[in-house]
Amino acid sequence: MRVALQKAYEKETHPTAKEMFNIIMANVEMADRDDMLICQDTGLPIYLVKVGSKFPVDGARVAAALKEGAKQATLEYPFRGSSTHPVTRVNPQTSVGEGLPIIYWDFVSESDCLDLLMIPKGSGSENMSAMKMFIPADGVAVIKKFVVDTVLQSGSNPCPPGVIGVGIGGTADLVTKLAKEAIARPVGSHNHDPFFAKMEDELYEAINSLGLGPMGLGGDVTTLAVHIEWAHTHITQNPVAVNTQCWPARRARAKIYADGRVEYGF
Amino acid sequence: MATYTLNTPLTEDAVRKLKVRDMVTINGIIFGIRDLTLIHIFDKKNDSPVSLRGAVLLHTAPSLKMAEDHWEPICVGTTTSGRMDRFTPGLMEKYGVRAIIGKGGQYQGSLDAMKKFGGVYLAIVGGAAAVETKQIVEVEKVYFEELHPEALYQFKVKDFGPLTVAMDSHGNHLYFDVKAQAEKKLPEIYKRLGIPV
Repeated sequence: MRVALQKAYEKETHPTAKEMFNIIMANVEMADRDDMLICQDTGLPIYLVKVGSKFPVDGARVAAALKEGAKQATLEYPFRGSSTHPVTRVNPQTSVGEGLPIIYWDFVSESDCLDLLMIPKGSGSENMSAMKMFIPADGVAVIKKFVVDTVLQSGSNPCPPGVIGVGIGGTADLVTKLAKEAIARPVGSHNHDPFFAKMEDELYEAINSLGLGPMGLGGDVTTLAVHIEWAHTHITQNPVAVNTQCWPARRARAKIYADGRVEYGF
Repeated sequence: MATYTLNTPLTEDAVRKLKVRDMVTINGIIFGIRDLTLIHIFDKKNDSPVSLRGAVLLHTAPSLKMAEDHWEPICVGTTTSGRMDRFTPGLMEKYGVRAIIGKGGQYQGSLDAMKKFGGVYLAIVGGAAAVETKQIVEVEKVYFEELHPEALYQFKVKDFGPLTVAMDSHGNHLYFDVKAQAEKKLPEIYKRLGIPV
């Protein structure tokens, strides 16, 4: 993300947008130097967990530990607790609660690793998420239009320039999850399928042509990357989802190996 | 594009001079406010316990910690202003607020109020909370403390900014302009993507 922001700064030509980038870079440097939070919205905790077939694990204990860890981090730092009851709006001040944290499980054969990727997802960007069940007759064009229109409507709100995650296919729930997995990929990486890799490039060019710029105040750089993840879908369905990631795009990863080694870093 | 350093409270003259794309830095007092604070004041009819005449407001929900007898800022960042749109006309008319600092901008009703009463919207870089926190010298007071982290916060600030004037008192709206420009480009973009118009 830092590399992508630096490159975007060099590419940007609008004076207001340059100023936005100056503040962004100063903020990253200051947060690093003084061990401060980069953004006050530490969001809702989301974990993408990959369990290797050769890693001995008790899934229920991992889930309980992730919940307890998110709670402890919130209380001890302390972060602002951002989780709340959907109706009473009572905030437990722990970042977790009913149904939280969000944990997605995946399984990898022949691996002796427990791979934990954590995304604290802030809401300026999450509130701009969109999903639509199109029909097969709408074709591929409608998918591209939906992505471009969603970014345009989001404008300044998701703190651009970040990453636009796109899910294509699956069901209503899977397509949304795919969009979330898309934002978790290394910035600027491509889908392994050449068709979708090409669509990523097309949408990247199209979105940056909009000229919304950093924080939507005008500029050359509206997004740093467009990532697509896809799945097969039903013969009657044509689902698409957009998940937007803001420029701070925080994430952390720990890979725990069966022999006890732990690697940190994305 | 001019650059200004303004001291609070702001006068109507100082605010009416500002035009979109000008850059502003604030010294003095700014008040942190957001969804629940505004619902508390306007919908639940609890009058502001402090004068907001000429005030600069910041859309925020800060992380603070209580150190002995005073609050210290841990992380003060900015939240999306669109959610607080409906309160801006009342803040300007009833309370005399002159400036709102936020991210994402507000809508036509707020723009009209800024024109009528002499107000301005100042855009900050969302997510740049470390910079913002360092520019806060002191948390002077917390009103409606029971609403924390959505109370009414009185922050003393030094060189708070730079902020971009994104809505001014002359009816200009930078976000609307940027969006309108983007919409003009849409037919050409759709064509390149093979989208039938």
